This record gives sequence, C-alpha cells and structure tokens, in this order.
Amino acid sequence: MTTWHDYLIEKGHAPDWPYPVRFDREQEIDADVLVIGGGIAGCWAAISAARQGLKVALVEKGDTIRSGSGGPGCDHWCNAPANPLSNVDPDEWAEHMADRPYANGIGIQIQCREDWDTLLEMEQIGGKIRDTGGEYTGAQGRDEKTKLMISPRYTTVHSYVPGAIGPTTFKSNPDHKLNNVVIRVWGTTFKPALKRECKRLGVTIFDRVMGTSLLTENGVQGARVIGATGFNNRTGEFVVFKSKATVLSTAGAGSIWLLSTELGGYSNMHSRTMSGDGTVMAWKAGAALTTMERTGIIGIATGLKHKWYSGAGDASYENVPIVDANGKRVPYPIQGWEDAGAMAPTPQAMEAVRKGILSGEYALPFYGDFPSMPDVERRATWKLMLGEESTTKVIMDTFNAAGYDESRDLLQSYRFIEGASLPQWRDAGSHGGIVVDWDLKTTLDGLYAAGTQMFSPEDHSYCAATGRYAGRKAAAYASQVSQAKISREQVEREKARVYAPIKRSAGIEWKELHAGIARAMQYYASEFKTESLLNMGLGALRKIEEESVPRLFALDPHKLMRSLEDVSMLTYAQIIIHASLERKASSVPLNFQRIDYPALDPPEWKKFITVKLENDRVKTGELPARYWGNMKGEYDARNRDYTGVYRGK
Amino acid sequence: MPRDKIVAMPNVATPNNPVVFDAEVCNGCNHCVEVCQVDVYIPHPEKGKPPIILHPEECWYCGCCANDCPRPGAMKFNWPLQQRGYWKNKATGEIHQV
Repeated sequence: MTTWHDYLIEKGHAPDWPYPVRFDREQEIDADVLVIGGGIAGCWAAISAARQGLKVALVEKGDTIRSGSGGPGCDHWCNAPANPLSNVDPDEWAEHMADRPYANGIGIQIQCREDWDTLLEMEQIGGKIRDTGGEYTGAQGRDEKTKLMISPRYTTVHSYVPGAIGPTTFKSNPDHKLNNVVIRVWGTTFKPALKRECKRLGVTIFDRVMGTSLLTENGVQGARVIGATGFNNRTGEFVVFKSKATVLSTAGAGSIWLLSTELGGYSNMHSRTMSGDGTVMAWKAGAALTTMERTGIIGIATGLKHKWYSGAGDASYENVPIVDANGKRVPYPIQGWEDAGAMAPTPQAMEAVRKGILSGEYALPFYGDFPSMPDVERRATWKLMLGEESTTKVIMDTFNAAGYDESRDLLQSYRFIEGASLPQWRDAGSHGGIVVDWDLKTTLDGLYAAGTQMFSPEDHSYCAATGRYAGRKAAAYASQVSQAKISREQVEREKARVYAPIKRSAGIEWKELHAGIARAMQYYASEFKTESLLNMGLGALRKIEEESVPRLFALDPHKLMRSLEDVSMLTYAQIIIHASLERKASSVPLNFQRIDYPALDPPEWKKFITVKLENDRVKTGELPARYWGNMKGEYDARNRDYTGVYRGK
Repeated sequence: MPRDKIVAMPNVATPNNPVVFDAEVCNGCNHCVEVCQVDVYIPHPEKGKPPIILHPEECWYCGCCANDCPRPGAMKFNWPLQQRGYWKNKATGEIHQV
C-alpha cells in the first residue's frame, strides 16, 4: 500500500498532511553570507565562505544531500587543465574554451585555474576521484602513479567549438600529445560529502526552503542586496534572511516550453525544481541579465524523448561503437579514444547516416555494441561512467537487474526512431543568466552569482569551481560591510504575494498555468520570431499575469511551491521575449532566428544584450563580446591572495 | 474483480508508480523521502511502513531514492511503460525489454 489511492481505498480517507502547517509563521535568520540554491555551486559557495570563518546560511528547495542537477552524480570533471596529467596550459585552454560565441570567459577562466584544486578539496572531504582499488587497471587514460582516470573527451579534438572537427594546435602542446583535461570521477560520492562538509563547518542549512525574493536596502530596486525571503515547502513557514552578502546559485527555467510537467523522462538531466527562481529574484531586485534570448532544443527525455543523455552516442556514449540492426558499424563519432573525444556527429555525418537509412544501407534500430569492447573499457564506460553520472546509475542498475549483460548484449539506441525534437520544444535551462564581473559579483552590491545562475554556464566542475570562488569573494565583501536594516514593507509585500494562492481553493492550479505559459511561448517565441509575434507573446503572457495568476490556487505548501515556480517561469518567459525583441539579428550559436532580421551573426551584433528593471521598467543595454578583458591578466590581478587547496581544519 | 465498495476518486496521476516497495523489507526509515529533490513521497502516517507516493508525476527518474536506499530489496524502480529500454542478445538476436 504505497500509492495514494491504495491508502484512500484501505483507510477510507486521504492521509493527513504529514508536516506541521505553519503558514504565516515567520522566522528571521541572520547570516554574513547567504547562499540561495544548494546544488553543486551553492554547496561549494557555502563551504568556501564558511572556511573564511563567516556565518553562512544555505537555502535549498529540496534536500542538500542529493539536490540539484548534479545531486545524483557526475562522471566527468571537465576543463581541468591544471591537473598534473594535462598537456596544455590552463590559461591557453581557457582562452580556447572562451572562444565559443557567447561563452562566459570569466567563469571559464576560474574553472580552468581552480577546478583541479576544487577536485582535490572534493577528495579531502570524502569524494572519490582516483581508482585506488585498481578496478580499472589497464584502461586507456588511467595513470598508474596518480590513479587518475583521464577521459577521452577533448583528448585532441572537441566539437564544442564550432568547426573544431580537426585537432586544435595549442602553443603549450605543439606535439599534439593528448590534452588530458577531463577526468573521470566517482561523482555519486560528491553531493553527500558536500552536505557533510557544510554541516561540519557550521553552515546553517535550510532544506525544503524555496527562496522567493531578494531584499534590498530600503526596499529600493537596484540598491544593495541585504537579504532574502523564502518559505518552507513542507510547512509553509516564512523565512526572512538578513545577510551582508548573498550568493545566488539556483538554475535556469528548464520546462518553459513544455506543455506537460509530467513524465519527467528517462534521463531528463534536470528536475522540475529547475524553474529560474534565482534569475527572477535577481531581475526583480534590478540586476542585469544577459543572453536571455538564447535557447536550446530539448534533445533529451522530458517524457517525449527516450535517451540516456544528450551525448553523442545515445545508448552508448564514450568509446561504445554504434552498429545497425545487422551489426554493421554506423559512422558515428563515439566520443572515445579512436575519434579523439569528438562530442557529437557533424551535420554532414548525420545526413550521411540518414541517407544510408533511407537507402537501406543501415537498418534500424541502432545499438551500442558493448560486447565488442575490451573488458576494462566496457567496465569503465558502463560501470564507472554510467554508474557515476547523474541519473544514469539507476538506469544501468535496472537493466542489469532485468537481465541485461553488457558483455553479451547490444544496448538499443533511439536515434532516428524517436524522431527529431520539434522546434517548439525549447529549453531555456542553461543559457541566459546573470551578468557578473571578475568577483562573480552581479550588477548589484552585495549580490553574487555562481554556476548555472550566471549567463552561459557550463558543467558540474564549472559549478563547483565558480561556487567556491563566489563564496570566497562574497565572504571578502561581507567582512568589510555591516548588516543593513530590512524594509518591513518589502517583506510584507512579498509575504502577501507568496501566500495569495493558499487563500483560494478554486481557480487555476499550477499545471494549467504552466501549460498556458508554455503554449504562449510555443506560439510566439519559438522557431518563427518577428517583432509582432514577440509582442503578441508579451501580450499573451501579460494576460496570464493579469487574469490567471490572481486565480492561482494551492492546496498545500508543496503545491504552493509549484505555483510560485510557475509564476517565476512566467516572468522568466517575459524576460526572454524582452531580450529577443532587443536582438535585431539572427544567430546560429544563440539558436535565434528573427524573420524580420534574417542576417546571420552580422559582426555588429556579436555582443551581449543586457536587460534589467529600473523603476520597474525594462531597460536594455549591451556589453562587448569579450567584456571581461584579458582573462589571464584580470584573473591574476584579482586573485593574488588565492592560496590554492584548502589546508585548514 | 468487483469490489464491495467503490470510492469515487479522480483519475490517478500518470505515471503513478515510479517505484515499487517491498513492505516486508522496507522498515519505513524514510531516507528516500529525504533524498528526493522533488518530494515524490511523504512518510506513511504509521511508523515503520513504506512511504506513500504522493507526487509520482513529478518524478524525474534521477534514481537517488533507489540508489541510496539502505535496505537492499526494499524498493525497485518501475519505469513507466513508454520509457522501458530495449536490448538485443548479440549472438541470438533475441530482443528484450526492461
């Protein structure tokens, strides 16, 4: 009897809400550094601020032990050119990675300089980063001395950089040795270790608390950030946080274009909690955002798709050859040693395979040919990589429990048979975000951002390194300023907004609101963008804001959280349209087509569009493409006091 | 099988059963309730019983509940029908599904 309906049938009544109900009760918390979002970036920010001896509060919507997109695990520690096996200079590698259009050079420089130190600290606190037991002796990339496992990713080629289908020559690696910048890790051990370390350092963790707004000095938009509000999504209790510095480390709004919130999918990579709350809080407080017009296409899961992840090989991935239904090798890159870590098929390769399917050259479906791999490489991919990656461990375990034997069986691929994603299934999850400077400070005093909260974020190790860095910088700022008095009026206004849906028991519930927002975005801010369509979108969203949001109802604290997430996504959607209206050109890397401005990536538009609120009016601006200046020089100038790997208690 | 008494209720959520508990093995420690980032579960009102699946349609199939369950065999992942993957025995060509 574990389903709700079983309980109802057996007991004759629904279960009572299992947590104390404390709507309208309020707690006030004082902290030097407040961190909102307890995923990878947030935990690292809290840890590094606490190591400076400051009083730190960490706010997390789920439970810090496994929350966030990186909560379940991590298989690749990317962009770690400072590791001892690397054959490239960290600064040169950083420049190379930041060469991608609209990348975040500040975050990448921090990642390339500091994520190896961060990984060593991960090991100090109990994360597993080496093959100490010799389980993978003989695997390519395994170093006997350090027991580190280098991944084939980016070994010589990497197709993240457009056009980089051949090897890139680095000054620091003229002989084309393997770059060795990506490390295979045992990431399922990471998140529990991070929570443990937060607790050990005395970080006050507020699990199951959703941040709802930032508090500013005198309640004025654009003024210094001096705290935040939140509420407990199990009890409904309101929390007011007072802080000297605040780090935002929540994520983007993953499901804006998706009508259904259900069928999260085989391997969605992001849960429903990824709803853009932090970005919207920063927006309302007056912080500048950028690249908000950029979207991706949902290529994975969400219940509509059926994949392991977004990677090249689908059912296989690293080092697993793809074969057709007759066992014939399909010419796909496999992100392995043989193709030097190529990430994804080129459009030409995809087209050739498609033609081959139509002509009968390749028979569907395709399979990952695990049995053909050397035993140690098979184990390294199946057990280490898939076993340690976010969300894939349970897939692997389920297959094995059902009788799948990777040494005997081919694993089906869903490429082609599941079809391509519709252009209306977009993803705003990891694209736009908050503008930061070299301290990862936002455009507001007292407010910092890390990880996926910043514009153009990267992966797990990026979140870890930038979180650790933002925590350090926020702590330095907090040590110099005093706490400010919060505006009670601002708190009361937010409280009224937060609790409005629980005062109603009829009207519109969150799922209907969500689908309404998604539909408006599908119609007016998708494949076909014109000034008039985008304006129609703004109108449609405004109508939802004016007519439907005031009718939102939530029957318990959990549904209240979901309702407020959708209200966040409504604002997030509006910001996307404001930014889209401002970019009067089309762009391939931004996945952005303006029918009324068809020129693709004209040089004068190779810049960042910024948007922010000033006196509640949208103000747009711009930043040059490489507004961060010389990456090495700027980083060095601001981090002379950086002491490397933590040596304290 | 007709029931003596039928309770009027809305359609159940789809999918409605992302995991299956074995009540004989589960001791109701509620660790899964804690690790779930979307709060799929609530603790059972009776101590020692497996949790109640309250928000199954919010499951993102991250697997943390099953991965971290301290009692082996207490819970099993139960993929929705449309998400169950296939494999093929390379030697015999026989097709299987999770």
